[in-house]
Amino acid sequence: MIDVVLAAEGGVEAAVDSSNLAPLIIAVPLLMSLLLLVAGRRIGKLAGPLASAAVGTSFVVSFLAFFRLIGIDHGAHPEPVHLYDWITVGDFRIGADFLIDQLSGVMLLVVTGVGALIHVYSIGYMRDDPLYPRFFGYLNLFVAFMLVLVLAENLLLLFVGWEGVGLCSYLLIGFWFEKRSAANAAKKAFIVNRIGDFSFLLGLFLLVGSLGTLSIEGINSESGAMGAGLATIAALLLFGGAAGKSAQIPLYVWLPDAMEGPTPVSALIHAATMVTAGVYMVARMSPLFEASGGAALMVVGIIGAATALWAAVMACFEYDIKKVLAYSTISQLGYMFLALGVGAYSVGIFHLVTHAFFKALMFLGAGAVMHALLGETDMRRMSGLRKVMPITGTTFLLGWLAISGIIPFSGFFSKDAILASAWADHNYALWGVGVATALLTAFYMSRMYFRVFEGPVRVPEGVHVHDAPPTMAAALIPLGILSVVGGLLNLPGVLTLEHFLEPVVGEAHVPEGLTPWILGGIALVVAASGILLARSLYMTRAASVRRRKAQAKAPALVNAARHKFYVDEIYGRGLVLPGKSFSAYLADVFDVRYIDGAIMGTGRVIARAGENLRGLQTGYVRNYAALILFGVVVVLALLLVRVGF
Amino acid sequence: MSVAPGFYLVLAGLMFTIGVVGVLVRRNAIVIFMFIELMLNAVNLMFVTFARQHGTVDGQVLVFFVLVVAAAEVVVGLAIISLIFRHRESANVDAMHLLRR
Repeated sequence: MIDVVLAAEGGVEAAVDSSNLAPLIIAVPLLMSLLLLVAGRRIGKLAGPLASAAVGTSFVVSFLAFFRLIGIDHGAHPEPVHLYDWITVGDFRIGADFLIDQLSGVMLLVVTGVGALIHVYSIGYMRDDPLYPRFFGYLNLFVAFMLVLVLAENLLLLFVGWEGVGLCSYLLIGFWFEKRSAANAAKKAFIVNRIGDFSFLLGLFLLVGSLGTLSIEGINSESGAMGAGLATIAALLLFGGAAGKSAQIPLYVWLPDAMEGPTPVSALIHAATMVTAGVYMVARMSPLFEASGGAALMVVGIIGAATALWAAVMACFEYDIKKVLAYSTISQLGYMFLALGVGAYSVGIFHLVTHAFFKALMFLGAGAVMHALLGETDMRRMSGLRKVMPITGTTFLLGWLAISGIIPFSGFFSKDAILASAWADHNYALWGVGVATALLTAFYMSRMYFRVFEGPVRVPEGVHVHDAPPTMAAALIPLGILSVVGGLLNLPGVLTLEHFLEPVVGEAHVPEGLTPWILGGIALVVAASGILLARSLYMTRAASVRRRKAQAKAPALVNAARHKFYVDEIYGRGLVLPGKSFSAYLADVFDVRYIDGAIMGTGRVIARAGENLRGLQTGYVRNYAALILFGVVVVLALLLVRVGF
Repeated sequence: MSVAPGFYLVLAGLMFTIGVVGVLVRRNAIVIFMFIELMLNAVNLMFVTFARQHGTVDGQVLVFFVLVVAAAEVVVGLAIISLIFRHRESANVDAMHLLRR
């Protein structure tokens, strides 16, 4: 509140004053998280509703800010709000500046909107947890940091949010820290992210060194003057950070393990918001990536496409429902990067938005299943759940159709837009990978849906199945509706998100004439065949026989995929073990021999010198007096020689 | 009647040298103390000589300071020496080398 007053007094004269609301939007969840973390035990069960109200408030205010953006001229640029000078070193200035423009406005609504729904869901999901208030404290803190990340107008402030969400992700993955696997997963996520963050930080150093500014506006407008080589390096270093945060090859390994956290966390952080930060950042810095003359964008596109396909293959062999969703998230993030790589930034953001809807929905659905089955996540031990959990089953069905890309669900529009942009960019290889991924996506999602929700009802023994309680349903239903109608955001010719984002990220290329219809038709056929394939392998009477036959054709591939292609093992042998032995060398040999040796050696030399000089100390007054005399004579002699008489 | 300043300075130099040699060769603490006083007075004599030669009183003022300091020093020094004497029945400085080792 105070921040807003300050901003108003600061006299920010902006034609579009949407940014003025930014401090309020961040402050509400931040203050609430402090309250919950400090006085959580006293607040008790009220923590959930309070936290939800805080994020809900942010959502309402975000909507107000967003409405200020809708009416403005297409070319007008919203001004950032300047709170105070954060760092001033000579000419180098970094302010606490926040910007709500078209791009961050869209992100704002996703973060606070989906965030608020997941908060409400958590009230039911975490009801019996002994650390209930702390959970909501962390969750609110996460939202606050995510908002800092989204609204920051310079990369250093963005980095604060970036690290903050990383911290909250660590805290929440390891929320059930008494479980060893959860604690390890949290550490893994933190460390893998650190590798990406290091790259990001190097990128910041390079930008400060070459451009002397970290303001996003400044970098983007001057990046053309950097030279293509330097711009490429800077862009790729930033993308390294994005690869860590958004779980792309080669840094994706932390996300499947992150499923150890409570399911609402997976939905909020590891599906809808934090992991999309990399996509947002690349879209935000798009002029820098453009300035590299295609090289950086090509890397982004190839990494994205490779990740999309790679993770989709692994998702087909996973039995843990949450991990299928995790691999699916990695794959879909790869899809977004594919879109960015072909220069279709607004399309990438569009997919980010629809993905946030349907993936959060599916995670929450999976959470409802776990809630009902006492934490069971193995899809082989459940079947036919839609009959006993109608709300969860039906909303999950909507999410499934959306991610598979069936018209008219949201996923169809965004996925089709990505494929169309790749085609329009004449990047047919990426388009092909995208289509293959779409096939796999439809397949593994159908596999999961059929196994879990269709067929005869089967649950683990001794479990009384119940549908999602009201608070959880209250999140599932709106997300289900959004998964269906989310595509309207960018319905060609009606309400276009692409057009809305143009002032920030530029125009997206779309194919013309009949091509989009043909491409859309192909995407639809591919999605349908993925679903039919899954149906024949999992729903029909001869399914298990067919599965065995199909797997017998390539046993090596199946085995490798079941072991996640041994990537964790390769990283363990190739990187972690050498790192450990190097540390052991440093600790046991280098430290003892050289560091300690140098310290002890210094001591020994001094002791020896003292021993030898002790002879001077006779204890006879006469000797001291004679030495004083000798000293006086020497000093006088020197004075006489140097000064003369 | 007046004597050239050079003589005073020579006398002061002689007194100082005697003092130095005395401090170095004698063993009785009281005697060493007296030689130190002799050195102080040699310096005093120089101060006075130069004060007279330059026609200023600065040197003479300094002599008063030296006298005061010397008096204070004698008080403390004699007290220490008499305490040591009471303790060890001797004022021989060579017997006092506890600081060695």
